[in-house]
Amino acid sequence: MSILIDENTTFIIQGITGREAVNLTRECLDYGSKIVGGVTPGRKGREVHGVPVFDTVEQVVEHNGGVVPDGSVVTVPPAGTKDAVIEALDAGIKTIVIVTERIPRRDVAAMVEFADQQGARIIGPNCLGLIVPGVAKMGGIGGPAKNAEQAYQPGSVGVMSRSGGMTTEISSTLTAAGLGVSTAVSIGGDAIIGSTYAELMPYFEADPQTEAIVIYTEPGGRMEAQLSAWVKENNSRLPIIAFMAGKFMDDEEMQGMSFGHAGTIVEGKEDSATEKIARLQEAGIPVVERIDEIPDLVKAKIAERSAA
Amino acid sequence: MRFFEYEAREIVKRAGIPVTDYGFTTDAAEAKTIAERIGGPTVIKSQVLTGGRMKAGGVKFADTPDEARQHAEDILQLEINGHWPRGVLVDPKAEVKQEYYAGVVWDGTAKKPLMLFSDMGGIDIEQVAEDHPDHVGRGHFSALEPFHDFQAKQVIAAAGVTGKPLQRLTPVLARLARLFLEGDMLLAEINPLAELTDGSFVALDAHMEMEDEGMPRQKALIKALGIGAEEGTREGHTPTPFEEAVKAIDAADHRGVIQGKDTGFHGNIGLVIGAGGGSLTLTDAVRQQGGKPANYSEIGGNPSVAKACGLAKEVLQKDGVEKIAVMMSIVSNTRVDIVARGVIKACLELGKDPGETIAIFRIPGAWEDEGFKILDKYGIEYCDRSVSLWDAAGRAVAKIQGEVAA
Repeated sequence: MSILIDENTTFIIQGITGREAVNLTRECLDYGSKIVGGVTPGRKGREVHGVPVFDTVEQVVEHNGGVVPDGSVVTVPPAGTKDAVIEALDAGIKTIVIVTERIPRRDVAAMVEFADQQGARIIGPNCLGLIVPGVAKMGGIGGPAKNAEQAYQPGSVGVMSRSGGMTTEISSTLTAAGLGVSTAVSIGGDAIIGSTYAELMPYFEADPQTEAIVIYTEPGGRMEAQLSAWVKENNSRLPIIAFMAGKFMDDEEMQGMSFGHAGTIVEGKEDSATEKIARLQEAGIPVVERIDEIPDLVKAKIAERSAA
Repeated sequence: MRFFEYEAREIVKRAGIPVTDYGFTTDAAEAKTIAERIGGPTVIKSQVLTGGRMKAGGVKFADTPDEARQHAEDILQLEINGHWPRGVLVDPKAEVKQEYYAGVVWDGTAKKPLMLFSDMGGIDIEQVAEDHPDHVGRGHFSALEPFHDFQAKQVIAAAGVTGKPLQRLTPVLARLARLFLEGDMLLAEINPLAELTDGSFVALDAHMEMEDEGMPRQKALIKALGIGAEEGTREGHTPTPFEEAVKAIDAADHRGVIQGKDTGFHGNIGLVIGAGGGSLTLTDAVRQQGGKPANYSEIGGNPSVAKACGLAKEVLQKDGVEKIAVMMSIVSNTRVDIVARGVIKACLELGKDPGETIAIFRIPGAWEDEGFKILDKYGIEYCDRSVSLWDAAGRAVAKIQGEVAA
């Protein structure tokens, strides 16, 4: 099992003729994903690695025998992202991965609100998508199929990360330790994202393959506070282990500076690494100092739960 | 992009919110002319992008135009928290009956804009929220659906305001909410928003901050405010020569992204690292093992050899930096061999031995075999993913500083 996507999931790629999108299409196809079409306005009739290109999402649905694809990976430039996402949602697509960076917050908020109204889910923006090891990937996560295979082996741990690269680093560590990954989600590094840790927890909770959760987090925003509250309110069967990067940003001299992702800026006391670590720990979520400590702690926590 | 008060007030005014008949100038003599036009007591306010100007003596009251000129002269030469004023604002001294607070911010958890309103204006809203929660009204609104005035009314009423003030303040908050969205703002705040003794309601001070990502579509507003392209995004701090140099290298070609910062870094370990999350993790790992980084950097996407070389060269040319650590979390887009060639080229161009200068190279992932081959040729210590980010950072600290903190 997995969350959000499985071996039957079909999806499209919006902005498929862009350079990065062409690579991404190749990678996903090689990994076994089912891409049923691509959209780039004005490029109807072309093909990208055998995937037919259309002008509109509506045309893809038509070509697909009236069946609405399950998902869309959106890679169009920031000025056009909102329109592309709303087009996909309007067509009835329910899982959207937004790869595009530097989208104004107003647009992100509007897309997320429309997705809520449609009963759909957005992952990202500014993310690499998600991967179910050995089954499918939706987005650039893990890179070319052979690299993805090296870092991601099927297993018992769900991974959520604000950094795309660190999703792979952590998953690789879990894979090397023999634990493997159930589903890994690069949730995006912006201040407003479609799916937060807490919002994805119920999916992992419902996935029998997942036995533990690892999150990668950073200063900025209130997402960890939301997860802590979720953990306190829900008697989850899943142990969660967190890694916090960017502790150096707590230094006096770094105040007001932004590092890493767009969302990684300390705007209030609650945003700082120190505060977040305290809040996570208070909710019973251990925060490790080093990535390489994660596998042993995951194993210990899983053993603890199964003994209980 | 942060705006000066005189710009923020102009933004507010353009949105149809009443402001006082103020004037902005960079010249003390003109401050006198403005005060003469105003004809009465005035307030002279330093225009700086930093807080605490009142305490620092950047706000002064004048009874006559001559006094206004004198104050303007003093304030124009007053540095506040390391910032020189852009100019002064000459404002009629308002006869205030009641001060209010009106603000709009983003709520990342609700994923919506949030209005805040209080009848206890003029002071820090966070303090008011803590001490007098019943005097603060809040309300989210949609970034998708049109804004309705009653949403502003509800927030004002929730702060305990009724009567004529409620009627007069509703359009002000509604306009602020609309300008927040339409202007791609991160913060839109009027504090104080005052009811004057003559019964009028005016914005006496305003703070606005625009999201950098929104700037491309806000060109008309930015231009109308007289802000030139050379001002960039008005970052919170003045970029250092290192930061300027890295930015220039990054702008030179479109492949990949490199960033470099050294504000607040004073050590001798040159960091050529990436990507977003990896850089944060590695900087922590170096510091936690007793290392003192000379800088922070980020390699993202798939940069050219020239870009990787440029970044490494800038780091190597920093004072006190003899060696660099080249490290990233596992990469899938970035080509390991290209980064390897770039950093080696940087050493060679500076007349340094790559094997000596590159303390450790830890970038596993795409094209790593090709990369490792090149590194071997130059006798550079490298490792693959079996060596953790923590241990790679530890090796860098040991080699450059001679010891690792326990």
